Amino acid sequence: MLRYLSTRLVRALLTICFVVTFAFIILRLSGDPALLILSPDAPPEAIEAFRKSWGLDRPVWEQYFHYFAAIAEGNLGRSMRDGRPALELVLERVPATLALTIPALILKIGIGIPAGIYAALHRNKLADRLTMLFSVAGFTVPSFVLGLLLVLVFSVNLGWLPSGGQDSWVHGILPVITLGTAGAAVLARFTRSAMLEVLGQPYIRTASAKGLPWRRVIIDHALPNAAIPTVTIVGFMVGSLVAGAVVVESVFSWPGVGRLLVIAVANRDLAVVQTILLFVAATMVCANLTVDMLYGWIDPRLRTRRVAGAG
Amino acid sequence: METLVSIRGLTVDFDLGHRVVRVLHGVDLTIGKGQAIGLVGESGSGKSVTWLAALGLLGPRAHVGGSVQLSGEPLLGVPAARLEAVRGRRVAMIFQDPASALNPVHRIGRQIGEALRLHRGLDGAAARAEAKRLLERVGIADARRRLDDYPHQLSGGTNQRVMIAMALAGEPDMLVADEPTTALDATIQAQILDLLRELRRDGGMSMVLISHDLGVVAENSDRIAVMYAGRIVEEAPTAELFAAPRHPYTTGLLAALPDLDGPRRRLVAIPGTVPEPARLPPGCAFAPRCPQAIAACTTGVPPLVHVATDHRAACIRVQTAMAA
Amino acid sequence: MTETLRRPVSDRPLLEVRDLARSFQVRRAGGWFGKAATLHAVDGVSFDLRPGRTLGLVGESGCGKTTTARLVLGVLSPTGGEVRFEGEPVPAPGTAAWRAMRRRMQMVYQDPLGALDRRIPVGIQVMEPLAIHGIGARAERHARAMELLDAVGLGPSFFARYPHELSGGQRQRIVLARALILDPSLLVCDEPISALDVSIQAQVINLLLDLQAKFDLAFLFISHDLKVVRQICHEVAVMYLGRVVEQGDPDQLLIDPAHPYTQALVSAIPVAAAARRRPRLILKGDPPNPVDRPAGCAFHPRCPAATARCVVDTPVLKPMPDGRIVACHVAHGEADSPRLAA
Repeated sequence: MLRYLSTRLVRALLTICFVVTFAFIILRLSGDPALLILSPDAPPEAIEAFRKSWGLDRPVWEQYFHYFAAIAEGNLGRSMRDGRPALELVLERVPATLALTIPALILKIGIGIPAGIYAALHRNKLADRLTMLFSVAGFTVPSFVLGLLLVLVFSVNLGWLPSGGQDSWVHGILPVITLGTAGAAVLARFTRSAMLEVLGQPYIRTASAKGLPWRRVIIDHALPNAAIPTVTIVGFMVGSLVAGAVVVESVFSWPGVGRLLVIAVANRDLAVVQTILLFVAATMVCANLTVDMLYGWIDPRLRTRRVAGAG
Repeated sequence: METLVSIRGLTVDFDLGHRVVRVLHGVDLTIGKGQAIGLVGESGSGKSVTWLAALGLLGPRAHVGGSVQLSGEPLLGVPAARLEAVRGRRVAMIFQDPASALNPVHRIGRQIGEALRLHRGLDGAAARAEAKRLLERVGIADARRRLDDYPHQLSGGTNQRVMIAMALAGEPDMLVADEPTTALDATIQAQILDLLRELRRDGGMSMVLISHDLGVVAENSDRIAVMYAGRIVEEAPTAELFAAPRHPYTTGLLAALPDLDGPRRRLVAIPGTVPEPARLPPGCAFAPRCPQAIAACTTGVPPLVHVATDHRAACIRVQTAMAA
Repeated sequence: MTETLRRPVSDRPLLEVRDLARSFQVRRAGGWFGKAATLHAVDGVSFDLRPGRTLGLVGESGCGKTTTARLVLGVLSPTGGEVRFEGEPVPAPGTAAWRAMRRRMQMVYQDPLGALDRRIPVGIQVMEPLAIHGIGARAERHARAMELLDAVGLGPSFFARYPHELSGGQRQRIVLARALILDPSLLVCDEPISALDVSIQAQVINLLLDLQAKFDLAFLFISHDLKVVRQICHEVAVMYLGRVVEQGDPDQLLIDPAHPYTQALVSAIPVAAAARRRPRLILKGDPPNPVDRPAGCAFHPRCPAATARCVVDTPVLKPMPDGRIVACHVAHGEADSPRLAA
């Protein structure tokens, strides 16, 4: 078990290093921040001074090395735009994002999992087909399309809900629905197939043959087994709590991390973009670690492995 | 002998969505109290489906017809609660692959305890003590510790013993054992069959042993029913079936088995392949593979009729021979 | 002249296996730290197989019979001992020399569906080995495939069919045709009939015997079914926890097994005819985990005839007066101490 955990931890660190490097390379390749921030017709001395003050005049490998060393010390740099610490900029945006993504996650789980279970238990019946129809629609329609559609109907035509901003909880309704729909659809589909897989297993028949009522067979025998694959998807959703709202925040002008990312990328604000990516990678990795631990808790086969005999 | 289970004209149709396939074509079978019946057949013969249908374990896509009675009370078409009271309590079932027939995420003790609570109202320490006693009864050493094990920590033979202990938890009148030793090694198969014999001798429980292995049913049954393509083709007391088989399929199966002693001979194989349920040949389903088939075999399904006092076979050649 | 060219050493064994051993490093179950342990899957196995003959390897799961087969084929490298095929040591897996040798030794598995590609017509799959080894033009390959389909009892109409259109027995025939197309001298069969329906098993047994006669094939035949082994094998070796415990003529072993383990295996065979039944010898417990191989004779904890000597002294394979070899102190009358079991 310790071995299992330590390999997971090492893998998690490697993932973060990879993300940081990737972000570094992509951003350096895609344009010169000095020209973008100061505009190309700024005096060459100003551009030169800007580059010097941000270390952009040094060789790329040296920038990379310094960047890494700084991260290791916990220093994520300053925004090139207003000189504030990048971490501070990002952190002050996190609550706004969570205010959207956490209700959306509850929506995903609260609708997706029961819908998937219900569909599996009524396989090939009308209820199952309808659920799956909505599910396909839910994750094939891109979130910006759904978002705009909702705005069109509920804000523009009906005038019931605001189309953007963050003034009250009412402003959050449309973005949360937009965010939750696709996730609920994916989760419904996934839960359904996990349930169907489990319902076909011999131990379900054993439980019925024992005389257990069907409801108890489902609750005591099917659900704990179907939870094993479903936890993966939920874990992934938890991992994307911080970063999963980029498009929706832009559509609804919601001042969260996602919108900060869009602005920072457009401005080549390297430190901010890198900080966000690091932040996102870290939450993703933490969520994955949690999922791995949960596996051990749900599935005893991972906890206590038997030495396999040779055939 | 008092009748425990009586199956009459049992049919099963599977609804595959685009078409319906009949897999059981009217099975008649009677099991007396304390009797052991062997059901032999190849894959798709309907030997397992018969019992899953009788206990309502086939799921919503199977349409079951005919009648099944347990001690005179009907089992088909009754409310779910009525069936649940029969399953595990009156008729228990064990299955082929014990490792996958037990729930991987629950401890052995909990899985047995579930049946004890359901059928005998035992809970907590009483249930645990009884579960331990059952494990000891089926020959599991160190029973107390095994209660806290998960199925994957136990061997195939031990898991099958756990399944048997779970089946015994409801103190049933009949045990249906569906290929209980097929997934097990030879010496473990011998142990499990020995245990089943012992339980039957001690408890007076009726038993249905489903197997593809003629040897296994021969040693453990009073009577044997041979199934082919969803029908019983021959039924007789065990000794008589092996001494004087009447249906060409039974004869063919016996001739195709290698001997353990005597001179080595070339096996007489049954030609052809087992027909798929959706593509049964007309008339007798065995006719295309039968060395004795005549034109009349393809015109109608031969009924299962008496060929001796206690011996039934479904073959028109046997019937015409009797009439002559 | 041509005959001696084709098989220069006709009297020499086709396959020579000497002190073959293979161990695996495994981790024990339990707790947060699995302890490292060594699993001796195959531990000092020796046998010869002559051209056109069949040796049966019999035993329960975990006895090392499948590992032995993989070592013979060179898929797995031994940790001790040697395998010689047609007089040459089996080269390391993956090398050109090994691939060349593998043309002469083929494998047939239990599950024919798993061994075939569902998306490709079976005739093409039968031809495939010729294509891989670049043998013959397409027309010749096709003709050869037709020849083999005929040899396994399937007509030319089967060429274009897909695996799912065939029955289990027919699929196993396709697998056999593909294994034989390179004209091998050895076929390693791992439980080739145990997944088949009862009425089909006899067909495939007869087919294997016909193919052996026709192509002068040697079989290394792995099975748990002693009845089938008697039908097909010239010699049989019974394995227990990685070692051969008894080896000899199948009739000798079945009628008068010498090793207590063989006795238990034979007595465990369910017999249809009541008159032929023998008293059953039921072993206690499961076979031990190969990681915890008991000291002395590995069988002693389950053996009804075990003596004090069996606990400490590992018996070696020695010939009996009738020619078979047995590894058992009791069978050789060398136990010289009373039984452990009352």
